[in-house]
Amino acid sequence: MTASATRRHPGLNLDHGDEAAQLQTEELMFGFWIFLMSDLVLFALLFATFGTLRHALAGGPGPQTLFELGSAAKETALLLASSFTFGLATLSMKHEHATGAVLGWMGLTLLLGAGFLGLEVHDFVSMTDKGGGIDRSAFTAATFALVGTHGLHVTFGSLWIVVMMIQVGLIGHRRDDSPTHAAGRRKLVDRVHNRMLRLALFWHFLDIVWIGIFSFVYLGGLAR
Amino acid sequence: MSLWHALFGKLGYDALPFYSAIATGAASMVVIGALVTVAGLTWFGAWGTLWREWLTSVDHKRIGIMYVVIALVMLSRALIEGCLMRAQQAVAYDQKGFLTPDHFSQLFSTHGTIMIFFMAMPFLIGVINFVMPLQIGARDVSFPVLNSVSLALTAAGAALLMVSLCLGKFSTGGWSGYPPYTEIAYSPGVGVDYWIWALSLSSIGTTMTGLNFAVTIYKKRAPGLTLMRMPLFVWAALCTAILMVFAMPPLTVATSLLALDRYAGAHFFTNGGGGNMMNYVNLFWLFGHPEVYILILPAFGVFSEVFSTFSAKALYGYTSLVIAVMAIAVLSFTVWLHHFFTMGQGADVNSAFGIATMLIGIPTGVKIYDWIATMYRGRVRFSVPLLYALAFLILFAVGGLSGILLANPGVDYQVHNTVFLVAHFHNVIIPGVLFGMLAAYHYWFPKAFGFRLDERWGRISCALWTAGFLLAFMPLYVLGAMGLPRRTVSYTEAAYHPWTLIAAGGAALLFAALASLIIQLVVSIRHRAALAVPAGDPWDGRNLEWSVAAPPPEYNFATLPHVDGIDAFARRKSAHDAYPAPPAYEDIEIPRPSALGPAIGIAGVAAGFGLTWHIWWMAGLGLLLAIGAVIARSFVRETIEVIDAATVAAEDRAWRALLASEPAVDRDAECASANRGLALPEAV
Amino acid sequence: MSKAPGYRDELRSYVVGIVLAVLLSGVSFALVAWHPASLRTTLWVISVAAALQALVHFRCFLHIDLSRQKRDDLSLIVFSVLVILLMVGGSFWIYDSQMSLMQPSAA
Ligand code: HEM
Ligand SMILES: [Cu+2]
Repeated sequence: MTASATRRHPGLNLDHGDEAAQLQTEELMFGFWIFLMSDLVLFALLFATFGTLRHALAGGPGPQTLFELGSAAKETALLLASSFTFGLATLSMKHEHATGAVLGWMGLTLLLGAGFLGLEVHDFVSMTDKGGGIDRSAFTAATFALVGTHGLHVTFGSLWIVVMMIQVGLIGHRRDDSPTHAAGRRKLVDRVHNRMLRLALFWHFLDIVWIGIFSFVYLGGLAR
Repeated sequence: MSLWHALFGKLGYDALPFYSAIATGAASMVVIGALVTVAGLTWFGAWGTLWREWLTSVDHKRIGIMYVVIALVMLSRALIEGCLMRAQQAVAYDQKGFLTPDHFSQLFSTHGTIMIFFMAMPFLIGVINFVMPLQIGARDVSFPVLNSVSLALTAAGAALLMVSLCLGKFSTGGWSGYPPYTEIAYSPGVGVDYWIWALSLSSIGTTMTGLNFAVTIYKKRAPGLTLMRMPLFVWAALCTAILMVFAMPPLTVATSLLALDRYAGAHFFTNGGGGNMMNYVNLFWLFGHPEVYILILPAFGVFSEVFSTFSAKALYGYTSLVIAVMAIAVLSFTVWLHHFFTMGQGADVNSAFGIATMLIGIPTGVKIYDWIATMYRGRVRFSVPLLYALAFLILFAVGGLSGILLANPGVDYQVHNTVFLVAHFHNVIIPGVLFGMLAAYHYWFPKAFGFRLDERWGRISCALWTAGFLLAFMPLYVLGAMGLPRRTVSYTEAAYHPWTLIAAGGAALLFAALASLIIQLVVSIRHRAALAVPAGDPWDGRNLEWSVAAPPPEYNFATLPHVDGIDAFARRKSAHDAYPAPPAYEDIEIPRPSALGPAIGIAGVAAGFGLTWHIWWMAGLGLLLAIGAVIARSFVRETIEVIDAATVAAEDRAWRALLASEPAVDRDAECASANRGLALPEAV
Repeated sequence: MSKAPGYRDELRSYVVGIVLAVLLSGVSFALVAWHPASLRTTLWVISVAAALQALVHFRCFLHIDLSRQKRDDLSLIVFSVLVILLMVGGSFWIYDSQMSLMQPSAA
């Protein structure tokens, strides 16, 4: 099978051998793309809401008081790095590196994600301490809603990484690991692959949403 | 006190519905209905069957049927509520009537919410679920377990609405729930919270359904079934699915932000704190307008099937119909502002959206003419589905015209918020959506259960729906033009009274129409032997769903069909090769039943109920259960079941033997008991 | 499998992606941290950098390109972007109109 025939869907392609498995993968990936696009509409509307309410301070503190450039920069760095490490996790899965390598990259991604979430919690707490809690004004509400929804997504993504690490550990990620009970095993491994591909899309997608957040919420608010 | 609060949140004895006789009666009906169902299931020892064959089933046909059952139950409740409101307005001239304003407001809120989200939506999703995979020659949808989860989420939302009859009061904010009225300051009770969580559950389910349908239609079509060969119903399903994917998120955003206002003291839509309620209105109608096309497009699809089948002709102007559906789908994202012409934006904005709205009339008009032309010189049979289609054709045109009137911002300023609007949307929604779904119910019932519905009661019911609709809603155009505001509990204007009396008479007829529908079902079940159509093709159908037995086998097709043109089955019949025997049979893989759906459903009810009543442990438990169930499911190894080729072959051969032994009937005998579901090919 | 891109080729795509992403983010953050440019210019540069970075992510991390096999998904994305532009653009238009008419201070 030539590479071009098997590389049909976007995202990393694991070059599954047989046609049926490939079709299955394409169906799953297409479905997941539709989900992502629906989610993107949700984020777009949260952005629009933020955009219309960003000046509605109601006498409360504004972005200059509430946001910290350093924190936003660290968050951006962590999330970018995590996108890269997750890319390496899928790559080493595709090229059948040792299970330890795959798990290592996933674990690193998880740590980076957790660091990101920790900083975000720190941001929320410090905003509230400075008198800019979610109930202060329409501006703070819109900020919490947009950034918080992204944070919730990252939380679920992290949980998903944990589950996938367990499954990679239990099932493995190489299609032809053991010649015994091959067919059943291959199906399981295919399933692990398909889930990893979707998780990768999800994780990279969250990074794209974050570009919008740091650019328009944090930098847009702090620019003078 | 605080222990009570920790355990039961805001729940207290005052949540029981003893504030009015009608509320007590309604709650008793729900409780008695639930008890009777439980007792009946236990008596007949049917719990196991219910669990194994239905609740955990991931078969698209069963899921479709369960959706329609939900829709019919909810239709009964909401229709009774509509009749109560009409009765109230009929007697409330210069006096209070029998409903308090608060209770009346609950009624229009539940009626509207149920009719849209728990009647029309489940009905059309159910019909698409049942029909679409059969029409595209597939064995199931792309994600069968997700399908069952979507059903469970919809059911959970409906359950929450039923619970709200028994515990606490529902929202009084209407089906659209506009703030600031629905903010905590003005609606401190749990009603709005019930509304928010019921809607949230069902809209997540609907988004997933849209995704599922879209992928199925893109990726699972039978070999040879190119896009431009798809039945029109499938086109409609595709456009509806796309609208669901893109139009549900705005609703989710609107209701979630409202929830943040109510639970976390945020200021999105409040009067103070920089909030802006216009934000909500904008978000709500970003969803709301596409939503009405989510409702109507499947009905258009059904009518396309019905007109062509019962005229024994291919659809006139297939390509133009396809273009029209797609045009409507895209245009529906450009007109949402016509729901708030009066909110204060400039005349330039209003005119742009007004013109876009009028444009939708063009593709809709194209469709109407195509349907008429389909009947022209056809072999037209006035069976029940076609009767609904004809009633639709005439009444929908009237409703559409009143819509064109409203699309003019100037006119809208006059009749905005009067019952003219109520007349308009019932005029498009009842003849359009409801008649469409009833036509679908009559048309595909024989496919689902193997016997036709009684024709005589079907005609009676159709006549009652039509007459009842005209009497109940035409007067509202007059009343609206005279200035009666919508959502009015009582009035002192004598000129209104005769018209409200007529409308109440119409509502009574509508109630009779529902009753006759139920009678029809009972009568048909009794006479099912005489009405049986096991061969599967009672109407001389044109698409693939009619080419298999009724009811179809679990795997739909013993061998996947090949398609070489529009109206695949009609082509085969006219080539006298209706049922080509397959050269060989193969093993068929089908997904196993899964308990994930029911688990998510229970989790959804728990989370929704807990959030509504501030019972935090219950809400948390529900959320954990949902997450845990999904994770647990991902560890299940055996998800597939194999039906071996020998079994498939035996079942298929048995059906073929039946085909050989049944008489083929002419269309004159379509409604006679001689019709066993084998059609005599028309002599062209 | 000889035609399949090797590990190094694919790794390069990720490395290019991360380098570009860091550069683009860096520019935006630097402009805000040291404000060398006017507010107007700063905001413009941030917006353009954000759009470019989104494209970089789509290309290098999500592997979306213009090749034939990916047309389905690409058209899905393009359609989504169209719907989003309609929704967001329309909302802002409506909003600005309402604000300009209803807030006396703005007049
Ligand atoms: C079949 C018999 C029906 C009757 C007798 C009926 C009656 C009514 C009445 C009396 C109202 C209140 C009007 C007012 O505000 O003054 C109403 C509102 C409404 N109805 Fe119906 N209706 C029926 C069917 C339907 C159907 C099939 C749908 C939709 C699928 C529907 C959707 C609505 C909605 C959305 C509202 C607005 C609720 C609100 O004000 O928030 N109705 N109906
Ligand atoms: Cu509309």
